[in-house]
Amino acid sequence: MNEEVPIVEMRGISIEFPGVKALDGVDFRLFPGEVHALMGENGAGKSTLIKALTGVYRIDSGSIVVSGSERRFGGADDAQEAGVSTVYQEVNLAPNLSIGENVMLGHEQRGAFGINWTATHRAATEALERLGLGHLDTRKPLSTLSIALQQLVAISRAMAIRAKVLILDEPTSSLDAAEVEGLFAVIRSVRDQGVAVLFVSHFLDQVYAISDRITVLRNGRYEGEHLTRELDRHALISAMIGKDLDTLKSLGGNRRREPRDPDEKPLLSAVGIARRGAVEATDLEIRRGEVVGFAGLLGSGRTELARLLYAADKADAGTIELHGSPVDLRSPADALPRRIAFSTENRRDEGIIGDLTVRENIVLAVQAERGWARPLSRREQDAIVSRYIEQLNVRPADPDRMIKNLSGGNQQKVLLGRWLATQPELLILDEPTRGIDVGAKAEIQEAVAELAEDGVAVVFISSELEEVVRLSERIVVLKDHRKIGEIQNGPEVTAQVIVDVIAAHGVDAAADTLDDTEGAVPDSIAPTTHKEAAR
Amino acid sequence: MTAAAGTTIWRELIRKPFFWGIVAIIALLALNVIKDPTYLALSINPNNGNLVGNLVDILRQAAPVMMIAIGMSLVIATGGIDLSVGSLMAVAGAVSMEFLSAAGDSFGAALAAVGLALVITGVLGAVNGVLVAYVGLQPFIATLVLMLAGRGIAKVITGGQNTTASNDSFRWIANGFLIGIPVVFLLAVLIVIAVGLVVRRSALGLMIEAIGINPRASRMAGIKPKGLLLTAYIMSGILAGIAGVMSVGSVMTVDISRTGYQLELDAILAVVIGGASLAGGKFSLSGAFVGALLIATLDKTVLYLGVSSSATPAFKAIVIVVLCLLQSERVRGWFRRRRRPRPAERLLQKEEVSA
Repeated sequence: MNEEVPIVEMRGISIEFPGVKALDGVDFRLFPGEVHALMGENGAGKSTLIKALTGVYRIDSGSIVVSGSERRFGGADDAQEAGVSTVYQEVNLAPNLSIGENVMLGHEQRGAFGINWTATHRAATEALERLGLGHLDTRKPLSTLSIALQQLVAISRAMAIRAKVLILDEPTSSLDAAEVEGLFAVIRSVRDQGVAVLFVSHFLDQVYAISDRITVLRNGRYEGEHLTRELDRHALISAMIGKDLDTLKSLGGNRRREPRDPDEKPLLSAVGIARRGAVEATDLEIRRGEVVGFAGLLGSGRTELARLLYAADKADAGTIELHGSPVDLRSPADALPRRIAFSTENRRDEGIIGDLTVRENIVLAVQAERGWARPLSRREQDAIVSRYIEQLNVRPADPDRMIKNLSGGNQQKVLLGRWLATQPELLILDEPTRGIDVGAKAEIQEAVAELAEDGVAVVFISSELEEVVRLSERIVVLKDHRKIGEIQNGPEVTAQVIVDVIAAHGVDAAADTLDDTEGAVPDSIAPTTHKEAAR
Repeated sequence: MTAAAGTTIWRELIRKPFFWGIVAIIALLALNVIKDPTYLALSINPNNGNLVGNLVDILRQAAPVMMIAIGMSLVIATGGIDLSVGSLMAVAGAVSMEFLSAAGDSFGAALAAVGLALVITGVLGAVNGVLVAYVGLQPFIATLVLMLAGRGIAKVITGGQNTTASNDSFRWIANGFLIGIPVVFLLAVLIVIAVGLVVRRSALGLMIEAIGINPRASRMAGIKPKGLLLTAYIMSGILAGIAGVMSVGSVMTVDISRTGYQLELDAILAVVIGGASLAGGKFSLSGAFVGALLIATLDKTVLYLGVSSSATPAFKAIVIVVLCLLQSERVRGWFRRRRRPRPAERLLQKEEVSA
């Protein structure tokens, strides 16, 4: 590692968007031959800093020095010319071109009669071989590869055009463990060739596995630069969230532990619901006043299962009963009048209607249920809107502001208000606390606990297992598109227990496939033992 | 303090989507006045007490465009487009003329002719709506079908003739006056207000905007888009029918190839001038109203200034390009960057955010 000369040095970078200071005097250095992780919560400014470096955003103040000279790039292409290549989470390659064409696009080998395709594909193969991908047929369309391999092709492309700096923005979020290992092998080989790698990920384990150095951002400010081996996890998390872990742990810790009447009819019971490619046949029961957590890794089917309950996606098989009578849910418009509400994890694309006001966003679902011919009067709207703005502490408390101008946490609260206004009996919350600050997080968790007290059944989905454990009465564990067990929550249940269940299941499945094909819950994680212990 | 209040009103006005449309109308009128200082003069016809003048002509010309423009506003707000309105005008004209030429000159016949024309254009609008909402065709393609087929339908109805009829009640819609003002303009204003009330007093407008801005999120909020899309296309069809009645009424002849020819483009322009985005979402009926007035003013000005007919489209294009540039956020952004906000203003903005 060359400590003396950073290849990228950013000093005092500030970027202001209308009304928000996205970056405030941030410093950042990147040395050749190192993997440097950029850490911070959602909204801390990681992506903004990357876009400042590549020139996608214009910086308001500060300086960027690349390879010893001050630069201001005019965009990603301009940056690429200077050797700064970016591989985004959603691969930005052309899926209908061949692998070789994608690797060499814009740098094709030319001969006397235009492009020499043979030489171009040979060069592409060489670039792929350097990263251990020599087995790929460069003439096949890129779309035939998995996302993970496409990402590796994108890295090959960056290497083929002699990148000196490689930026990987959340490259692992849609990869499974084996694919992540493959990616890391490639990253290490790229690093060993002297390339500076900037790595952004939410997964702490991965950051510790791959990075040499960590820079932490919080709320657009620089919190410090550390060598990875000298920074322990608790210190890192504290730096990212700006609070002690203990304070965070004490938030909203009131899960229900009253014994239930075993004869009570479930609010919702689903038998064998499935959807091809998303969820395998699953049985599920949800009772009034119960918070059920769905735990599992990204892509485990936790979101997909929740979407079936709301008919956001239609189930191909199985039946759903509400209050003991079967219902046919074809679309959200069928689920809402039956008092089911679903708050999506994809707030921007499936949640907010950006150009409408907070007021309109809150009343929308209620209005949709009534139909357009029976409008809510202004007074009724005001009553609903002011109630939820106050109850959920939406800031700014201005109902006539466009929702797209609110912060993520406040948008989330507005959406929560929209669903509460429909008076749901079953409220499904998919990642309601993702990408929002700690304060808003606590407020949303509190709201969930209160709802359960009032008899509402809540399905709570979060990739933060601690949060699921803190709030849920019962935890449904999913893996590889199927439910692998249920855990009754209790004092000795921790995030680690769930992780163990998920990890252990792979072993069980290998040992005893019969058990899985019948879809039965393995006895090894039977719920009752924990429940007894909880009393 | 009053100065400050004045500025805020001024700012509000500038922010209105149709502000630049009004400016353009005034500018065009000024251009006409420069050529002829008496251009704006209104006189009263001593025989019947009706207003006469260039402004009156503009209002009359604007009426059909207003009708199709507000229909187009609704369709565009859903994220679609309706290319068939010009042809539907011809269909409405053909239906009413053919009916009247047989039914003769009575008030009842006029009423029936209008009703029949609107029912048929409403049904054709429903065809568009079904193709878009239920079959799932691209709105551009779905309505292109009727744009091309509509004139054929009209031709079949009239047997290939440019049918002429006489009916004083029907003619009155287009050429009559009420308390000195053209009936056709009064009618247009009334219909715009009526549509505005229906759309804004019910939740129709909100839902149309919601599906136009974010169809996926709207579905998740329980909105059923199919019925809304169908409603928007039916309304657009009926309004095109009204426009067709207005436009054949003044000459009492339907010219299959000329009636409503290319007026769908004028309607789209009127909507854009009114500040709506072709991507769908927020719409403004008052904006479309102003846009239609501007287009009528523009057409009249081109004639009045004696711009040669070959240069007419270019003249129109220049005016519209300039207008769209003035409305463009990006162009305005360039101007804004030239004069950076003063520090005090910046501070104010920051406080707003932290509050």
